[in-house]
Formats: sequence, structure tokens, C-alpha cells
Amino acid sequence: MIDKKTGLWIYNKMHEIRDFEETAWTLFTENKLRGSVHLYTGEEAVAASVCAQLTDEDLIASTHRGHGHCIGKGAELDRALAELMGKATGYCKGRSGSMHIADFTKGNLGANAIVGGGIPIATGGALALKMQNKPNVAVAFFGDGASNQGTFHESINMAAVWKLPCIYVVENNQFGMTVPVWQSTSVENISDRAAAYGIPGVTVDGNDVVAVYEAFAAAKERAIKGEGPTIIECKTYRWRGHWTGDPEVYRTREEVEDWKENRDPIKRFGEYLVKKKLATKKELEEIAAAAAKKMEEAVEFALNSPEPDPEHVMDDVFYEG
Amino acid sequence: MAKLTYAQAIRKVIQEEMQRDDKVFCMGEDCEKLGGVFGTTRDLYKEFGTDRIRNTPISESAIVGAAVGAASAGMRPIAELMYWDFAFVAADQIFNQMAKTRYVFGGNAKIPMVLRSQQGTGRGNAATHSQSLETIFMHIPGVKVACPSTPAEAAGLLRTAIRDDNPVCFFEHKALYITKGEVPDDPDFCIPFGKADIKREGTDVTIVTNLLYVSRALEAAEELAKEGISAEVIDPRTLVPFDYDTVEASVKKTGRLVVVHEAHKNCGWGAQVITEISNRAFRYLDAAPIHLGAKACPLPFNPGLEAAVIPSVKEIVDACKATLYR
Repeated sequence: MIDKKTGLWIYNKMHEIRDFEETAWTLFTENKLRGSVHLYTGEEAVAASVCAQLTDEDLIASTHRGHGHCIGKGAELDRALAELMGKATGYCKGRSGSMHIADFTKGNLGANAIVGGGIPIATGGALALKMQNKPNVAVAFFGDGASNQGTFHESINMAAVWKLPCIYVVENNQFGMTVPVWQSTSVENISDRAAAYGIPGVTVDGNDVVAVYEAFAAAKERAIKGEGPTIIECKTYRWRGHWTGDPEVYRTREEVEDWKENRDPIKRFGEYLVKKKLATKKELEEIAAAAAKKMEEAVEFALNSPEPDPEHVMDDVFYEG
Repeated sequence: MAKLTYAQAIRKVIQEEMQRDDKVFCMGEDCEKLGGVFGTTRDLYKEFGTDRIRNTPISESAIVGAAVGAASAGMRPIAELMYWDFAFVAADQIFNQMAKTRYVFGGNAKIPMVLRSQQGTGRGNAATHSQSLETIFMHIPGVKVACPSTPAEAAGLLRTAIRDDNPVCFFEHKALYITKGEVPDDPDFCIPFGKADIKREGTDVTIVTNLLYVSRALEAAEELAKEGISAEVIDPRTLVPFDYDTVEASVKKTGRLVVVHEAHKNCGWGAQVITEISNRAFRYLDAAPIHLGAKACPLPFNPGLEAAVIPSVKEIVDACKATLYR
């Protein structure tokens, strides 16, 4: 069960993530951001509900649509936005933009610009945790598209054979870029594929914080007991296109509006908190206002940050010790 | 000093480094009971257990990716692919992940891992199990590339690789495993990266080569000596970093350069060496440098056909003589 403290933490993170994504959208349309920017708006429940159950000792590997996971895992909005703007103060010193935010000190092994690229890396993180006898887990976040990559099969099989404390969280947002899941994927539920590895697989409503939270809690308990990995499929929907310039010819405006109006994960979870008397409307409004203010400060920080010095472009190709 | 084979030297270093540091472990196909196809981890599972000498599924992307993840999380994996040819199966994890992680994360990551495998001709393994691929790993920034040609170098370079905090691709040659040589007993014996070794001193022509072709170049040098030509043979030992200084100094002495490798000639690493040395020592060159490498043809199975694709000792001799206009 979600207690008050956890509930408010999740609610706050969801707001921070949405504010970050919608701010990135605005900055992109104002030509203050460039490059490949994939927004997570509408999928916030997954990252927030999972990361609420992780400490800095737990590991994640994320995706090209990774801002939500990184913020959930402790990335600061200001340094993250600075990276999206290619500034020297960004997480990657302006070298990487949107798709490579990482912070090993927080257990974030990195967003990953290759579809399916992070799945074996999370698996290796779980291998390290097991070899170090740590009571922690690694989480591989990825989308429905990545579940058709070879790394999905190779990694989950390996983790199942070795009983690694790795949890595979599939964010099925209905589209691999523009291709709908029914056209690319042979099963009704991606979690059905768990049977191929002899491990549990569950499908939950990815816009329902409580459902994601409880599924992850069960998978985490199993992983820490040494019983191995679980696949959790979270069915969700991205409100924005695949990327910021997506003409969205593959879906209708009505479909998007329906998800926004009727299945907004933040609105739903806010109502749940009030109904369960875990929060008052006033508390929720205060959280939303604080997140918005933090985002404004992040924009100021990023806009006023210096450009990276080309003098240092060759730094860090190798660790020089 | 002990006389060991190249394979035994590698095994000795893996064993000593695993004794020294419990973060070091091996993962690869058949590394446990078989000890790898060439015995480089033979019986080590008895000492270290099957957690640290870890058999993997035949899943090259997951082997490399899991090593990157484990290295990110504080371990020091030695991941083994059975043949370097199989690196193509894991190409994303090698070139987009392993090689770039530190840089793209703004220098906030260390990936201390070794990716080992063997390559080359000589055992009739045909087109997809006989290639020499080290050039490709030199082309993509972010990995160090080591290519030992003797048992002592296999030991000294591998220990340096394991202790390095960067990803190192370690290129062994399948025909070298049974070769024997003296290996220092010192459990801290390391050979620094970026330091070429002059295998034979000479004054008339400089031959730069690596791996199996070191012995072939030395054979060629013997032949040349009979004709009164003194060849200097240099093994760079690591391609990344590359010791151009030693080659430059040699060419300034001899005025002639031949680079030969088993890797394909087209865009092979020898072309890079010739470019760099031509820029550094153009005025010292008395003849155009010559580049020898495998023909632009997949490696065939039949021994006669295979030999026809890769440079022969005679071709090395002839190339050296050509630089002397003889």
C-alpha cells in the first residue's frame, strides 16, 4: 500500500516530470532546444511509481524517452534541462543532449539512445549487485519497440538463468515511433513473453499509479529474495509525438484527446490521494505550484549557463586516472 | 622466468588478477569446464567457482552489455567472445555502448572491462571465423586495442588491460596460443600501452607489423640479411594508443617503411601508419612506403586458397627490396 509520504513523493515527481517535458516542448518550439527530444508526457505514473521504491543503491537503465526515469532517479531539473540545451553545466557537459543523461552516484546507469540498448546494461548491473551480495535491484526501462530487439531476448533469458535481481519494465505506449503495436508485435500483451523465460509477467494499467506500484513491489520482493527477474508491462500512452517534430499521421486527434481527458495519470492519482485521505486538495495544489516554480528556476539556470568550451571537446574519451 | 605458452600466459594472468582483486571475474561461452576453446581459463572455475568463471548463453550482445553494466556498477569484468568475428553480433553494445559510455556521460563513468577474443587464419575456420578485425576497433574512439605477439606480451599487456579503468579490446591470435616463450614470474609484470617493441634492429628498412605477422616479418628479415639487407622489425603492441614515435625514429634512420598485417589491406591500420609517418618524416623517406595486407576477399577454407589471400613471407621480402630499388 502507498502511504502518505510515498504518495506525495510520487505526486510531486509526476508533476516535476510533466513540467519538465512540457517546458522542453515549449523551448523546442521557440528554437531554444534542438536535436532529438522524445517526451514522456502522459507516461509519468510508470517512472514515478517505480522510482519511489528505489534507493541510490538500486540501479536503472533508461531509454531515448528517458527524462522521466532520470528525474525519478534523482536527476536535478536544472542540470537535466541544461543538458537538453547543450550547456556546459548539463549532466553530460553539453555533449549528449536529451538521450544520455546518467548519474552513477544516484544509481542511474544512463538513458540510452539505441532502442533496446540499455536492457543488457541493466542486466549487468543486476549481475554486479548479485555478485556483491547487495540487497538491491536493477530496473531496465524500455518501450514496446525495444521488446522486439534481440537484446530483450538475450538479456531476459540470461537474467532468468542466473536469477538476477533485474526487473524489466516495458512501457507499452502503443507505438514504436509511428508503427502501432498490433503491426509490430506478435502477442496481445508483451508480458506474455515472460512464459518463454519461465518467469512471471504481468500487464498493468500504466496510467494507474497504484497498479504500477503494487506490481513493482511484488517484483522487487521476488528479486531481492533471489528468485529472479519479472517482466512488468505498463500499458500507457504518449501525449506528444515520437519526437518533437512528429506530424502524427498515424493516430487521430480524438484518440489523443481521449487519453488526456479520461486517463491522465496525474489527475487520477490526485483524486486517489484525496479520496483515500492521504492528501488534501490544498496540499496537492501546493506540490504542483512548487514543482512549477522549480521548473522556472531550472529554465533560468539553463538559459544563463555557459556554452561548453570546444577546447575540452576531447576530454573524457578515456579515463586518464 | 618460466617457459609458458601464449595460452598459459593468459591463464596465469587471469588467475593472478582474480586472486588479487575480487571484483575481477570472467564471463563467456564455455569458459567454465572447457576453460575456453584454447584453455585460457582452464580449471580456474575450481579455484574461483562458477560465479566468477561464468558460463554464458550464446548471446554476444548480452555478454558485452552485461559486462558494461557490471563494470558501471563496480565490477571489473573480463568478457570473452569465442571469435572476434562474433563482435559483429554484439556491435551495438561494443561500439555504441561500451566505447562511448564515458564520453557521452560527461566523464562521469568508468568502464573498467576487458573484451577478449582470438582471431586470424591458420586453423581452416573460413570466412566468418578467420578475420583480423583490430582496425575496426581502432577506428571507433573510446576503446584501447592491444595485440600481443608473444607469451610475455600476452601476460604483460593483459595485466595492464585488466588494471586499466577503460574498456580494452584484447586481440589474441589463434595460431599463437601454442607458441612458447619466457614469461616473467612477477605478479605485477605489466607492459605499458603505447610502447612499441623493436623485435629486431636494422638499418636499411623498417617493417611494422603485429600478431602472427611479427614472426613472418622476422623470417623475412632473416631472408633479407642473407642478401645483405638489414631490416628493423617493430611491433606496436597496442594500436590504441599507438606509438608513432618509435616508428618515426626508425624510419628517420632507415628511410624506408613497409607495413604488413593479416588484416585486410583496404583501409587497414597500416594505411593509417603510413599516412602518419609520411607526414612526420616525409623528407627522410627514400622510397614510397609499401602497405601489405589481406586481399579484399573473404577468407577461404582451403589452406592453399587461404594462403593466397594473406601476405606471404616472400611478399614481405620483395616489398622491402622494392623500397631499396632491388
